[in-house]
Amino acid sequence: MTPDNLTPEAASGATAPEQRQDESSGLKGLTPKAKKQRLDRLAELAAVHADEKGRSLWAEAFRRVRKNPAAVIGAIVLLLFVLVAIIGPFLVPYSPTSTAWADQVKEGQNIIPGPSSEHWFGLDHNGRDEFSRVIVGARQTLLVGVVATSLGLLVGCLLGGLAGSAYALGGRRGRQVDNAIMRVVDMLLAMPSLLLAVSVAALLGPSLITVMIAVGVISVPVFARLLRGSMIAQGHAEYVTAATALGVRRGRIALGHVLPNSLAPVLVQATLTLATAIIEAAALSFLGLGNPDPAVPEWGVMLTDALTRLEVAPRLTIYPAVGIIITAFGFTLLGEAMREALDPKLRK
Amino acid sequence: MALLEVEDLGVTFHADRDVRAVDGVSFAVDAGKVVGLVGESGCGKSVTSLALIGLLPNQNTKRVRVDGSAKFDGLDLLRADRRTLRDIRGREIAMIFQDPLSSLNPVVPIGVQVAEVLIRHRGIGKHEAERRSAELLDRVGIPDPRRRLKEYPHQLSGGMRQRALIAMAVACRPRLLIADEPTTALDVTIQAQILELLKELVREDGTALIMITHDLGVVAGLCDSVNVLYAGRVVESAGRHELFAHPTHPYTVGLLNSIPRLDALRGEELTPIRGSVRDVLAWSAGCAFAPRCDRAIETCLTGPPSLEGTNHSFRCVNPEVVP
Amino acid sequence: MFRYIVRRLLQLIPTLLGLSLILFLWLHRLPGGPETAILGERGTPETRAQLRHDLGLDQPLWVQYGRFMKRMFTGDLGVSINTHRPVVTEFMERFPGTVELTVSALIIAIGLGIPLGYLAARKRGGLLDYSSVAGSLLGVCVPIFVLAYLIKEVFAVKLGWFPSAGRQDVAIDATRVTNFYVLDGILTGEWDAAADALKHLVLPAVTLATIPLAIIVRMTRASVLEVLGEDYVRTAQAKGLTERTVRGRHIMRNALLPVVTTIGLLTGGLLSGAVLTETVYAFTGIGQFIAESIDHRDYPVLMGFIMFVAIIYVTVNLLVDVAYGVIDPRVRVR
Repeated sequence: MTPDNLTPEAASGATAPEQRQDESSGLKGLTPKAKKQRLDRLAELAAVHADEKGRSLWAEAFRRVRKNPAAVIGAIVLLLFVLVAIIGPFLVPYSPTSTAWADQVKEGQNIIPGPSSEHWFGLDHNGRDEFSRVIVGARQTLLVGVVATSLGLLVGCLLGGLAGSAYALGGRRGRQVDNAIMRVVDMLLAMPSLLLAVSVAALLGPSLITVMIAVGVISVPVFARLLRGSMIAQGHAEYVTAATALGVRRGRIALGHVLPNSLAPVLVQATLTLATAIIEAAALSFLGLGNPDPAVPEWGVMLTDALTRLEVAPRLTIYPAVGIIITAFGFTLLGEAMREALDPKLRK
Repeated sequence: MALLEVEDLGVTFHADRDVRAVDGVSFAVDAGKVVGLVGESGCGKSVTSLALIGLLPNQNTKRVRVDGSAKFDGLDLLRADRRTLRDIRGREIAMIFQDPLSSLNPVVPIGVQVAEVLIRHRGIGKHEAERRSAELLDRVGIPDPRRRLKEYPHQLSGGMRQRALIAMAVACRPRLLIADEPTTALDVTIQAQILELLKELVREDGTALIMITHDLGVVAGLCDSVNVLYAGRVVESAGRHELFAHPTHPYTVGLLNSIPRLDALRGEELTPIRGSVRDVLAWSAGCAFAPRCDRAIETCLTGPPSLEGTNHSFRCVNPEVVP
Repeated sequence: MFRYIVRRLLQLIPTLLGLSLILFLWLHRLPGGPETAILGERGTPETRAQLRHDLGLDQPLWVQYGRFMKRMFTGDLGVSINTHRPVVTEFMERFPGTVELTVSALIIAIGLGIPLGYLAARKRGGLLDYSSVAGSLLGVCVPIFVLAYLIKEVFAVKLGWFPSAGRQDVAIDATRVTNFYVLDGILTGEWDAAADALKHLVLPAVTLATIPLAIIVRMTRASVLEVLGEDYVRTAQAKGLTERTVRGRHIMRNALLPVVTTIGLLTGGLLSGAVLTETVYAFTGIGQFIAESIDHRDYPVLMGFIMFVAIIYVTVNLLVDVAYGVIDPRVRVR
């Protein structure tokens, strides 16, 4: 599990420019809250629009992402993963839940048959076809990651969007609304991610849905903070002043202009969050808070089962572990490349 | 012999395509004299100065090639090894940069930043260095120097910061001072004070000064001789009086005409130079200034003009006035 | 500075109050409510009702919350369902182990991460740079419990270089003073006990250090890269200062500022990681206890731990902010 999906580059960027601003405007008492600042910095990047050639931020970013080999590798890995997750289950040789070969497994004598021509990855401890389980497990893993991230994205953006539009456009009352929302968000942000997930999981009882919700909750404060910061940065942009001066209604500015322009860093964060979601879900499984249904193959659960048999059949650990690592790595590579592409400070 | 003799200096950046930022620049600086390098931003004046002390980013790697020679008291700076250069920097040749805020370390007290030059090059102890630092701050006109020593850059005003930077530069009484747009980031009233200070310091110490600026006003008040740079080459070079009395290259004339003057007649218009530095032509194809030049003729596009003349040289086939 | 700290402390109050409210409601909303948390599935309806009354659960919610807060303030976090001992006692006994582990991990991560990050930035685009960036990106993608098992399997089980479980060999009868085993050994002069405790610490600490290490490397690299482009570094070079002075006084003193803040933020992740690492290495710290408590649905312990961790987290970050104020003159409050 990644401690609170900290991405260093952005955090370094976070402190420096703010300090500079701070001293030039004579402000003092900057409290370095890098986690927040990191998000705010990432958010600020959205406020940068087009370069001098008039190319849009998105086109320019896409061009740079495409030129980055890391991003290409990440994208290919993800494409393969998604492909396997979607069509894999239709192509697997056996049912992932069939224990038809249970008689070949003798756990007492430490016998779990390894790879053969019939069973490419061998059997698992219950005599099921490991290859089919790994392939079908990809779908479960993707599902957990995507649902959890979407959940965090949705709730986080709702909170952050509300706070952001209130702050950017709402005057004093707006600032109070923003303050109230952000206090709650900061509280969640102060809790270690795994423990937050554990608390939620304890409340809901173990199930696949629980894992998704628990992992999703972790990312709520991250997205909220990010979108809010991004919207506030946008709110200071010239075009908002212009639109306000032209008499466009506030709500319309917030929804029609500020929000769409604030989404870039949120999407980057979502990519990175997918990686951590998959790892956190595995950690929850390891702590016994995962999906209690052993019949449904899921990499986190498979991994947890396999680790206790590391001596007997290390391969059972390796397959799901490599699956998780490669997938998370793919998301991380792509996300980092996207973030770099959006950061004007790193353009050169 | 001159203190610094720059001969045919060239700097090429190897990026996606090669960029020749400085191309065959030659000039000399005599001891105790002030030489101006003038031009718009992007003309290669800052690159020239950084190349001289070996501080271009990636200098001496395959990404940046520097050619020509720069003899400082007989030693070719461009061929000197790093250790030698380090010993020269700050002691023999010092630099003053444009933006005093970003050029000062924000988390180190001013006093330490002044004293470290003395400790490094004079080999004196901390206390002695601190005492001398206070004297230096006093010399560059910073009031209450003892207290200022302990302060950080953000606690000083812009003018004070530039004074502190100057104090660091003159700490070891260098023989050559390179000032890269030292007043550009400052308020107009402060600008004059800083120029006055520089003038005084170089006169007292007999220091030679290379003044890099885009401001002909600065040149007029300070420099003994002037080199006007355009697109990496010297286009006109002359003594101060000669240059102002008989500007020859259309670019120099353009620069002079674009200065607002208080004594201008009512209704007299400023005549800015057309276009921007971006509209350059490669020197190989002809005169780089031709696309922006009112006096451009066909010959301008046939090949690069050569630098003509000895005391007052210029690079133009159709000059304004023949000196 | 004093006033700054006081102000920061005051700012903590609403956060902690809010957290306690959330935890209180959380404990209430748990399946079966607090009486199940205490009795488990045992107990007749009568005993349950009696307990509800005894616990004051039949009183209005805000009265209950008031009482809950009063207990919190007196340091009473309830009794563990599993061990039947006060939660605070359990924590105090195990806390030194976790501190030993996390601090060692942090020392490893900082000691390796900062030099590595610096070198990667200085040789940007070189082999070391690429491998450390790739390594650190990959590092955060490896689930820590998998890494723990692999390291244990290789270095403890297969190679036998280090012990695979616990904090101290059972054969060693060490005197306990502080419950920091390494420290105890040094204090009592039982050097073999200290060495043994240290040996037990190596693998868990290395495991736990990987993610902070990955983060610190990238953070330092990014930060150094940014500082290298700053004008004041050029000024320092123009002064002819030695490589060492430029690096120490001008590059690192600035580049480490954001890294310091990051290190404070790592506490939360380290404690989460400790839960997993201690479980794999059977390392008797709070983390292992928590993993057990999750297994037993030992809610009072979990709740106490979350509160405990939150307090540690905000305290560490307060300390980091104060430290930041000391090292960065720009945020110093006069």
